[in-house]
Amino acid sequence: MYKIVRKEVFSPAIKLFEVEAPKIAAKARAGQFFILRVNEKGERIPLTIADFNREAGTITTIFQEVGRTTKDMGRLNVGDCLADVVGPLGEPTTVKNFGRVICVGGGVGVAPIYPIARALKEAGNEVISIIGARSKELLFWEDKMAAVSDRLIVCTDDGSYGQKGFVTDAVKQVAEECEINRVWAIGPMPMMRAMAETTRPLGIKTIVSLNPIMVDGTGMCGACRVSVGGETKFACVDGPEFDAHLVDFDLAMRRLAYYKDEEKRAEAAGSCGNGGACGCHK
Amino acid sequence: MPQVTTRHEMPTQDARERINNFKEVALGYDEETAVAEANRCLNCKKPKCMEGCPVEVPIPEFISLVKKRDFKGAIKKIKTKNSLPAVCGRVCPQENQCEKHCILGKKGEPVAIGRLERFVADYEMAHGGEPAEKQAPTGKRVAVVGSGPAGLTAAGDLAKMGHRVTIFEALHVPGGVLMYGIPEFRLPKDIVQGEIEKIKDLGVEIKTNYVIGKLDSIDELLAEGYDAVFIGTGAGLPYFMNIPGENLNGIYSANEFLTRTNLMKAYRFPEYLTPIKVGERVAVIGAGNVAMDAARTALRLGAKESYIVYRRSEKEMPARREEIEHAAEEGVKFALLTSPVEFHGDENGSLTAMTCIKYELGEPDASGRRRPVPVEGSEYEMKVDNVVLALGQGPNPLVPATTAGLELTKRGNIAADEETGATSKAGVFAGGDIVTGAATVIMAMGAGKKAARAIDEYLRNK
Repeated sequence: MYKIVRKEVFSPAIKLFEVEAPKIAAKARAGQFFILRVNEKGERIPLTIADFNREAGTITTIFQEVGRTTKDMGRLNVGDCLADVVGPLGEPTTVKNFGRVICVGGGVGVAPIYPIARALKEAGNEVISIIGARSKELLFWEDKMAAVSDRLIVCTDDGSYGQKGFVTDAVKQVAEECEINRVWAIGPMPMMRAMAETTRPLGIKTIVSLNPIMVDGTGMCGACRVSVGGETKFACVDGPEFDAHLVDFDLAMRRLAYYKDEEKRAEAAGSCGNGGACGCHK
Repeated sequence: MPQVTTRHEMPTQDARERINNFKEVALGYDEETAVAEANRCLNCKKPKCMEGCPVEVPIPEFISLVKKRDFKGAIKKIKTKNSLPAVCGRVCPQENQCEKHCILGKKGEPVAIGRLERFVADYEMAHGGEPAEKQAPTGKRVAVVGSGPAGLTAAGDLAKMGHRVTIFEALHVPGGVLMYGIPEFRLPKDIVQGEIEKIKDLGVEIKTNYVIGKLDSIDELLAEGYDAVFIGTGAGLPYFMNIPGENLNGIYSANEFLTRTNLMKAYRFPEYLTPIKVGERVAVIGAGNVAMDAARTALRLGAKESYIVYRRSEKEMPARREEIEHAAEEGVKFALLTSPVEFHGDENGSLTAMTCIKYELGEPDASGRRRPVPVEGSEYEMKVDNVVLALGQGPNPLVPATTAGLELTKRGNIAADEETGATSKAGVFAGGDIVTGAATVIMAMGAGKKAARAIDEYLRNK
């Protein structure tokens, strides 16, 4: 059992857990993820390791409540346990001194981009970070991102905070001002696809972290397979980071949608099986 | 008493009934039938049957105890050599192992050794039993990587030899293929966990959610104070066909399809939260045991038609006879000398059909089986909602790739001595599918047993 030692609520649907997992904390590197199972009847879902504290033996993750499992998680509190936590999984980010880089986090993508930005900064890069959300209430970790960036641009789609517009607009604008050696972009699949189309004509190598459906996360099933440069790759062991300009995003998005009916059914069933009588799946 | 030439039948669930549930198909002997079947055994002076058992079960001795109705004594006898008798009694291909050598098989049917082993193991589960005997602690520590049949056998044997054993398992439950691969209707998961509990009773510690190669490497285990390591990580890397359309929705590797169903209990969705999707028509590509398992699972998940699609003929099918018969009884259809060359989908990217090509058999290939040759111009379209690819598995590279100095074969398997499991690295042994490529549960257990003996010797001389 893996104990939740800290919980933060950024917005009604975006929450942070710091979880006791000393071995994972000791080994985790930027770009890696873990798989969790809430309880005995739960499914296995992948989440990024947004931060780790090797001394305290904890890992931190941020999740958005988008369906049954993340909603079940959202109801847990400090002192509660997750049944299973396994990691660190996936290949770590390739970190070296590239020169000047942009790190983009869209929505909850700010969580996985944070350790990457921090590692790139530590490796001597000039880090320009761009974080964005639909509106002000959905933004988090502006302070933490600022602390590991030479420059931070905050965008909201509706202009309620920072500059109005999409993160792609901000990237274009920065790339016009100065030479950029590499871009990392993490967020919802449509955002990453848009980012690939933004940087492709600019000729800037761009890395995205894909979030396909996963089951085991160790390379034994191929549920997470994606097409990169025309080749099938398993995101859990070959990735999750890939060259954005080679990813078949249409395929990746169609595969993500395969279980949407079942996802709705699972959510409707509620965690208690009472079909909502107890309010557990509000 | 005249010798009974036929064995006692084991009752099974009716085929029409059983395709509606995941309960065990074969129901097992009762006490009377078990004793009657045991009485067929001639108790040979030089028992040939034991030559066929990779884990050296003292077969006539345990059967003699069954004759005397000493069922607890019988299971104790088996457990001196076999830590997973309830599993072996169910999934071993006895027709190619112990029963193949039974002298009664020459003129009639061999003694049903597997069914008797199963009976006494189940008897112990129901009535309790004593833990197997252990030698005095040696103070040596052994790390076992992977908790499938090879790792569990090695761990059980090493614990009995007095060593302190820790198993490291990547998934959230131990058992490997016994849990995620073989379906509940062939091997109930409670039974597997019951057997594993008995191995834990020997003092074996099992750490789940522990991915060696990510959390610790083999070298780190050795540095942390383990005196030896056994690698039993299996063949868990699914092969795909690399043909167009293979990433369409609805196309599963058998590993994914079976893991969702068995390990995650997707057949009980939404009580269990892992979904699985099965349409009206399912095609399983391949004809090994895994393919039969997948085709039969598809029917139980609600498919109206389930096909085995195989590019050779019935004679070359690698699955056990019994599995093929069970599948056929349940209504699985066989499209032989056939294989897909392309998959087609709709605008949502979901599979709708596949183009197949017919084959004919040519000259025997290196494996001794006649090589399938495509028949030009024989392409046709088959409508299908789901495809399960059961083409075999390769070795998962995670451990080999993170262990310095570990010699591999051309195919990425670990190179290990057949008799001892010793690898190119001192103190590191390996066995099971990671060495041989995908084989059987009992072969993996045999490798685990041999390696345990070699590890014991290595530790005593260290």
